[in-house]
Amino acid sequence: MKTGQSSISPSDKSTRRIAIDPVTRVEGHGKITLLLDSDNHIREARFHIVEFRGFEKFIQGRPYWEVPFFVQRLCGICPVSHQLAAAKAVDQLAGVDRLTPTATKLRRLLHFGQILQSHALHFFHLTSPDFLFGFGSDPVRRNIMGVLEKHPEIALQGVKLRKYGQQIIEAITGKRVHGTGTLPGGMNKPLTTGWRDALLTDIENILLWSGNAVKLNEQIHTANPEHADFATFPSNYLCLTGEKGELEFYHGGLRARYPDGAFIFDQFDYCDYRQILREEVRSWSYMKFPYLHQLGNDRGWYRVGPLARVNNCDRISTPRAEAERKRFRAYGHDKPIHSTLAYHWARMIEALHCAESIQNLLHDPDITGTELVAEKGDRRHEGIGVIEAPRGTLFHHYQVNDEGIITRANLIVSTTSNNQAMNESIRIVADKYFDGREITEALLNHLEVAVRAYDPCLSCATHALGKMPLQVELIDAAGERVHRLTKDSTGQYVS
Amino acid sequence: MANNEHTITIDGTEIHFKAGQTIMDAALSAKIYIPHLCHYPGLTPSGNCRLCVVELNGKDVTACTTQAQPGQQIRNQTPELNAARMAITQMLFVEGNHICPSCEKSGNCKLQAMGYYLGMRDEHYPQFNPRREMDASHPAVLLDRSRCILCDLCVRASREIDGKNVFAIAGRGIHAHLIVNTVSGKLGDSDIAVDDVAANICPVGAILIKEKGYVAPIGRRIYDQHMISDVAFDEHVPEHKEHGND
Ligand code: SF4
Repeated sequence: MKTGQSSISPSDKSTRRIAIDPVTRVEGHGKITLLLDSDNHIREARFHIVEFRGFEKFIQGRPYWEVPFFVQRLCGICPVSHQLAAAKAVDQLAGVDRLTPTATKLRRLLHFGQILQSHALHFFHLTSPDFLFGFGSDPVRRNIMGVLEKHPEIALQGVKLRKYGQQIIEAITGKRVHGTGTLPGGMNKPLTTGWRDALLTDIENILLWSGNAVKLNEQIHTANPEHADFATFPSNYLCLTGEKGELEFYHGGLRARYPDGAFIFDQFDYCDYRQILREEVRSWSYMKFPYLHQLGNDRGWYRVGPLARVNNCDRISTPRAEAERKRFRAYGHDKPIHSTLAYHWARMIEALHCAESIQNLLHDPDITGTELVAEKGDRRHEGIGVIEAPRGTLFHHYQVNDEGIITRANLIVSTTSNNQAMNESIRIVADKYFDGREITEALLNHLEVAVRAYDPCLSCATHALGKMPLQVELIDAAGERVHRLTKDSTGQYVS
Repeated sequence: MANNEHTITIDGTEIHFKAGQTIMDAALSAKIYIPHLCHYPGLTPSGNCRLCVVELNGKDVTACTTQAQPGQQIRNQTPELNAARMAITQMLFVEGNHICPSCEKSGNCKLQAMGYYLGMRDEHYPQFNPRREMDASHPAVLLDRSRCILCDLCVRASREIDGKNVFAIAGRGIHAHLIVNTVSGKLGDSDIAVDDVAANICPVGAILIKEKGYVAPIGRRIYDQHMISDVAFDEHVPEHKEHGND
């Protein structure tokens, strides 16, 4: 695994660089570089991600109907999000504007299952160890195995919630990961009554456990005052919302708010996203920096994902999640909550909404219907699909030629939208915990916690339960390494 | 053996054959599977994929092109032959771009099914990653040459069954490639039709009907449900079609 030393140059001679590589317990891996000025203050934080691996290029020259199954391979955690965003674009390419009720509901059910399993994975497997044991606690125990040992009921609920979401995915796509399902203008198979009944058998427990997870997160967040300030800063927020301003994951209009909660825009047609979004390229990062054009690149960056969605929406359509949203809002005095760790609380409110929505859909007679594919219209040359993936707004944009072959693709993934925000969080945490001399275990751990709040999907490669090695290097202005701290794969620190 | 003028023996099982049958024909009639990719009952055998090589009286021969003769002693399922079949299959995988995870033929692909049948767990050889031309010029039929294994089935089906001459294999050895017999070389300028046998016989995802991918859900595709060795016996091309110039 490379450290930051060889790939990044200090911005100027009076700057020292500290590289942390990789960040553990995020999906994939990343590297943090802290740029210090000559007084050893944090000047800038840079979070490096190998995010895209050239998918936009790979799919050029491929037939358009293949795209949902090609791009879902971007990720092993949220492939369904990519499949669905691409499928929405593909519907347009096939000239379909409206799916059958069954196909729409199957896609929504699939999406709720996906978000539930992804959110459960993130909180229970990746984050709960930090919260239940403390950010600075022994890393040997601070992982899901430790949670299983000390808090088995919580860990098991997490495992079962994730499994339930995966079962929904399997029921609809034929596999837990990387199945099929979507077709241009519809879906390829109905939900059997056998699957529906099996899923209904467990739904009360799923509701209960999701509700417990919200409570646990509220309790953790409100009982620990340092959580409110941790890595926190005011930001703009972007997401889709439903027509009436409700929380919406599958289809809606774009809504953005200023930090004070005022609208920047609302119900903006995502097919025109290029009018409002720009992407800045910076030489040191593989990942672009999107921003809202009207605010410019210095003020226009924004956050996406659970915090953005729960801050942005006016209501949630399911009662239990709505009640929890109201508590969340009340805690923030009816203003957007900017606390980065509140992402976790918002994430579990969404998981509860998924559980309620799954129950509703399973009771809907359309869900086992057999009218699956809408009639195709005239093929179009451009398709844009946008959904709310677990980690935030996901844009898929394709152009095809007369023969149905992709000529151009543009994908803006959720983690990319949070790029500037993650850098900002890291800078704030580093500023607070760096002692001006060396990398401490506490600094290393706190930086990880800040990044993890965004649930970033990095190179989209999963890894084992927080046991990846972590290396921190301190490089002085002359490029010499003056200190190194490593956390190895067993969680031991080695200087 | 008293009556051996009408029988051959494959892996110790004595089977009958009709005069004029190949070893492959006789085996398929007797429901004995000899692995193959370029053979399709009803088309002239070509013997080019080499998967059906069997041991006949101590000599390697292609079952699809060798006439059955009374008393032949044939070995088919031997570790050596299956190891060679595995190597051939792996070579076919690396020579083209067979990306099963996103390929629309996945689950219905004979090359993939052969890999499963032979217990293939990796590609073993280094990938060629060839760049081959995609031809999407036909409104309904797609030709993705990057998946072509040069089995020649489309060539024969077009000539022998469809009464056309849409495809040919040009070049030799590693330079062999599938061409379309039109001045432009484009499928869109050919007379191939969507229900032609040639448009539907490709064992891999090289010739596809456009916009039909992924319609069969996982679990209901042919080789989700059957081993290739179990469903090889019912295949037969339809009778030769008479075509005017329509
Ligand atoms: S296109 Fe298909 S049928 Fe034709 S030669 Fe290639 S693999 Fe065989």
